[in-house]
Amino acid sequence: MKPAPFDYHAPRQLKEAAELLATLPNAKILAGGQSLVPMMNFRYVVADHLVDLGGIADLRGIAVVDGWLRIGAMMRQRELETAPEIAQHCPLLAEALRHVGHRQTRNRGTIGGSLAHADPAAELPAVCAAYDAVVHVASVRGIRQVAFADFSTGFMATALEPDEMIAAIDLPVWRQGHGHGFHEFARRHGDFALAGAAALLDVGAGNVVRRAALALCGVAVSPVRVEAAEARLVGQPLDSTLIRSAAAAAWLVEPVSDIHAGAEYRRHLAQVLSARALTDAARRAGVDVPSIV
Amino acid sequence: MSKQPTRVTVNGKAHARIVESRLTLADFLRHELGLTGTHLGCEHGVCGACTVLVDGHSTRACLMFAVQANGCEVTTVEGLTPDGGLSVLQQAFVDNHGLQCGFCTPGMLVTLTELLRENPSPSEDEVREALTGNLCRCTGYAGIVKAALDAAQRLRGGQGG
Amino acid sequence: MGAKHFGARVTRLEDPALLSGRGRFVDDMKLSGVLHACFVRSPYAHARLLDIDAKPALAIPGVHAVIAANDLPDPMRSEAMPMLLPNPSISALCTQHVLARAEVYYVGQPVAVVIADTRYIAEDAAAAVAVHYDALPAVGDCRAAIEEGAPRAHAALGSNVLSTFQLAYGDVDAVFANAPHIFEDELWQHRGGGMAIETRAVLASHDAATDMLTVWSGTQTPHIGRRMLADLLGRELESIRMIAPDVGGGFGPKAIFYPEEAVIPAAALKLGRPVKWIEDRREHFLCATQERDQYWSIAIAVDAEAKILGVRGRMLHDSGAFVPWGIIMPYIAAATVPGPYVIPAYQLDTMVVLTNKVPTTPVRGAGRPQAVFAMERLLDRVARELQLDRAEVRRRNFIQPEQMPYEVGLLFRDGKPLIYDSGDYPKGQATALADADYESFRERQRAALDEGRFIGIGLGNYVEGTGLGPFEGVTVRVMPSGKVAVATGATNQGQGTRTTLSQIVAEQVGCRLEDIVMTIGDTGAIAQGVGAFASRQAVNAGNSALLAGQSVRAQLVALAARVLGVKESDIDLDNGQAIAETGNKPMIGFGELARLAQGIPGVSLPAGQAAGLEHTAYYTPQQAAYCSGTHVVEVEVDAMTGGVKILRYTVAHDSGRVINPLIVDGQVQGGVAHGIGNALFEWMQYDENAQPLTTSFADYLIPMATDVPTCAIAHVETVNPLNPLGVKGAGEGGTIPAAAAIIGAIEDALSPFDVHFAETPLTPERIVAALRAAGAYEKLFAA
Repeated sequence: MKPAPFDYHAPRQLKEAAELLATLPNAKILAGGQSLVPMMNFRYVVADHLVDLGGIADLRGIAVVDGWLRIGAMMRQRELETAPEIAQHCPLLAEALRHVGHRQTRNRGTIGGSLAHADPAAELPAVCAAYDAVVHVASVRGIRQVAFADFSTGFMATALEPDEMIAAIDLPVWRQGHGHGFHEFARRHGDFALAGAAALLDVGAGNVVRRAALALCGVAVSPVRVEAAEARLVGQPLDSTLIRSAAAAAWLVEPVSDIHAGAEYRRHLAQVLSARALTDAARRAGVDVPSIV
Repeated sequence: MSKQPTRVTVNGKAHARIVESRLTLADFLRHELGLTGTHLGCEHGVCGACTVLVDGHSTRACLMFAVQANGCEVTTVEGLTPDGGLSVLQQAFVDNHGLQCGFCTPGMLVTLTELLRENPSPSEDEVREALTGNLCRCTGYAGIVKAALDAAQRLRGGQGG
Repeated sequence: MGAKHFGARVTRLEDPALLSGRGRFVDDMKLSGVLHACFVRSPYAHARLLDIDAKPALAIPGVHAVIAANDLPDPMRSEAMPMLLPNPSISALCTQHVLARAEVYYVGQPVAVVIADTRYIAEDAAAAVAVHYDALPAVGDCRAAIEEGAPRAHAALGSNVLSTFQLAYGDVDAVFANAPHIFEDELWQHRGGGMAIETRAVLASHDAATDMLTVWSGTQTPHIGRRMLADLLGRELESIRMIAPDVGGGFGPKAIFYPEEAVIPAAALKLGRPVKWIEDRREHFLCATQERDQYWSIAIAVDAEAKILGVRGRMLHDSGAFVPWGIIMPYIAAATVPGPYVIPAYQLDTMVVLTNKVPTTPVRGAGRPQAVFAMERLLDRVARELQLDRAEVRRRNFIQPEQMPYEVGLLFRDGKPLIYDSGDYPKGQATALADADYESFRERQRAALDEGRFIGIGLGNYVEGTGLGPFEGVTVRVMPSGKVAVATGATNQGQGTRTTLSQIVAEQVGCRLEDIVMTIGDTGAIAQGVGAFASRQAVNAGNSALLAGQSVRAQLVALAARVLGVKESDIDLDNGQAIAETGNKPMIGFGELARLAQGIPGVSLPAGQAAGLEHTAYYTPQQAAYCSGTHVVEVEVDAMTGGVKILRYTVAHDSGRVINPLIVDGQVQGGVAHGIGNALFEWMQYDENAQPLTTSFADYLIPMATDVPTCAIAHVETVNPLNPLGVKGAGEGGTIPAAAAIIGAIEDALSPFDVHFAETPLTPERIVAALRAAGAYEKLFAA
């Protein structure tokens, strides 16, 4: 399983990378390589040119900017997993990262690569959906911002033009004291999730939910924000009955069926995992709720 | 540019070569440098038999190209072996029957080297979780886990298990 | 002489090299001038092969040849591969051509091979070879294959039924007509593979000066491979040397002789250069043989006390597109059903069916897991229906130790009556149950239920015929250096052959383990050999090592006594020295004795002395050696997701006298891991057109370190009375009852919902579907 021949490019500057992507025919971006290279080894993907972004300093870094956490696209998943800024400001991301692949794939895999690859079962796109992340997209035309809801467009599809690359991802920092929860079900540790739920809850006085986000991975062709669940939560006092009702809204999602799991099972898992994720989020927000499932 | 120069330091020794861009790091190590201890079990990044350290991080050598390793330090199982003997971790594998056919073993040793460096006192669960990126078909993992915990104890200065 | 090495937990001689990256697997070998191969394979499950256009491939720089069937030498050009184990019940001789001729029969079947400077270029070229096919209807499921109007797996064969046979004894019809209770079930186990981490590999090199064709292959059976190759190439056996070097796992599929093992040597001969082929994982998924895939419809008749009166049923076995190993597996499965139980009447009708999938040949367990699954699930059903404890039902039906040797009433696959030589099944089960704290489990289960957790326990028993013949030879020879050379046809894919045989030889000959220089898996080192499969090496090679060692010991003692001038009974052998235990204890080293044994040119040897200090023994077992065991498994089921966690795994294992407990424990633990894979994870899926759907490690799930707990393993050693060592085989027992015990435990965990499972792998999705159908979620959500 050897890949077809290609030319390799290792630009040191963002501008150089953009120019290469704009001019080279059938060029692919090499970020972590953990998704791309297997496909090249299988020859499912045949690229004439690989543009390796690993040497571009501008694509790295973590910074807090105006209430947003800005993460460079080429930050390795393992770096984010252990970064104190992530744990402090975006704990949902830190928790989800523990489920992403295995330590070897996290050592090389990047956040930008995961979002661009857009596997329906991937955890990071679902986390970005939950956060309403903003994706900074770079090309020879400059940098544009894309709201995550517009970024994810379908089955392994994004709003990226063929000559564009992700430069950074902004995640909003939720109010201190908010709760987060992440639950997924996979056949074995580190496998792609058959379904996963990412939850964020901001709870105010009287345990009233001020803000809620629930996103699912693995269930549909791309991450799904369960707006029906969020609508049931916001403005209501948080208890296990409310969580049960919100999780039930996950039943409304249209699941996919494939060799790994059927639609009915995925829908069932969506409910169960939503309930568990919301329960964790509630507890972390300081509301003591019993487990439903 | 389908052939490119690359300069990789492997087990402390620098190697400058001109290679095809598509030559994987695994094939570079095995056939360009003759370090056949790193094995290929799947070439799609699941089995972990090809695991090496790149700049100290466990990495699937089948998912990296030799040209990407330019300027990097790579450690293979040969680099984990002291002259004329076995390391504490390797000896623990002998004492605890941590290998049978030996094909997955170099990858196991590399991953455990990283684990024990980051976490000198792992629990059994932590060892198992760290090993999920390395598949073994022979041992059922028990001997490997025992060896890891035994080595951890010895490295911390305790008596062998 | 007390046992010094035999029975000891000797650490393995193989380990240091493997640990330091100095293993020598086929791909580690460098031969000057070597070329690399890549096979062109059929993308169709069934098609007529029309033509092959190699021109685009030959145009690629670095490509040396494209070889198709017509480019091969006779006889392999037109003759199909020999069938290793013919059987009169097989209706059509059904083996492959090494490269397809007019028709292809499964996705992945080799059609041509490209030889190039590198594997990278060979793959580029293989993609460029234009092959034209005419697709034919394919049959993807053995149940569909026997229906009226089913597509034919082979266009030339009128039926997809390759063989039907019956194993029976006693009057089953009478029993079932009168039985107080009859329980039936339909069970099936899906296809899985051996999935060794090292894929197949062949390196061939022809030396024109000596006309010796040397082939290194990642095989379990180099002697068999050499014979097959000699037939296919029309060469003398002596002009071929086949070597199995370090092999990264076998588990059964590597015991088969594959087309590639013939084509690569043919290519080397044709091109006059060494040729290497390293299979990639995708090829392995398509073309390495698989197993399980049986559909059982079986019934048990019992009396009011749960005593078994009879068992009868039908089994459908999916053979795939060919039968390289005849009908061994379905036969073994059919003969394994009775197990450790007294079964007065038995009848199983088996139908072996062709489909357009890669052939099925033995994979760890070789048909026995399916049989044990059927029998043990039936016994669980008896227990549930008659409201008895499952262990008690089994206890009431065990063959008792005083009934040994026990004649089951069937013929085994070796052609001999199936007679269990030894075993203590009640003790095995009792040991496992005690070690598993079975008696107190119901309390643990109730406590867990109070916490909303579902835990369950399951058990499974098995009897396994191991140590099959015909033989495995061992040569022991003392060398002038003082070292002891050992050669054997036995091979090693991880089972520690070098270590266990060294233990036996060192024990007999009185040398140190480190003084043994062993050659394994090399047809050049010993004339006759068979290889590793059916857990046969400990019995066959182990006893040959014993006999050869004993003979050399006697020769050493006789020569030393003569040289030292003492009685033979005064000689002791230890650490490579012969020591006289009288007077001032003179001694002489083995090396010097060996030099003396070579004699002096022109001078006769003293009367009674043989040439050299060596012996080759080919121990030939008279029948299989019967192992047994009991597995007890505790699981927890997440009723909401269907996720299963194995909490505790307990084994009682009888493989006769244990040569090296470290190694036997490793075999059991490794076998259990495979059994867990069969039970919960491993499923080679095909669609109805026989297109494979699971072709990577992302789709086909083998257990990880977080899926396999460390087993508690107790050894129950009932000595095999039929071989001098008293040993039995140990390689497959860990796998055989695992699925039965695990599925039983899952059912037990979910007993509040009264769900029943009869299929493996049992996926979380199936568990949830069963729970939903049982109304589980209404109850749970109401809580």
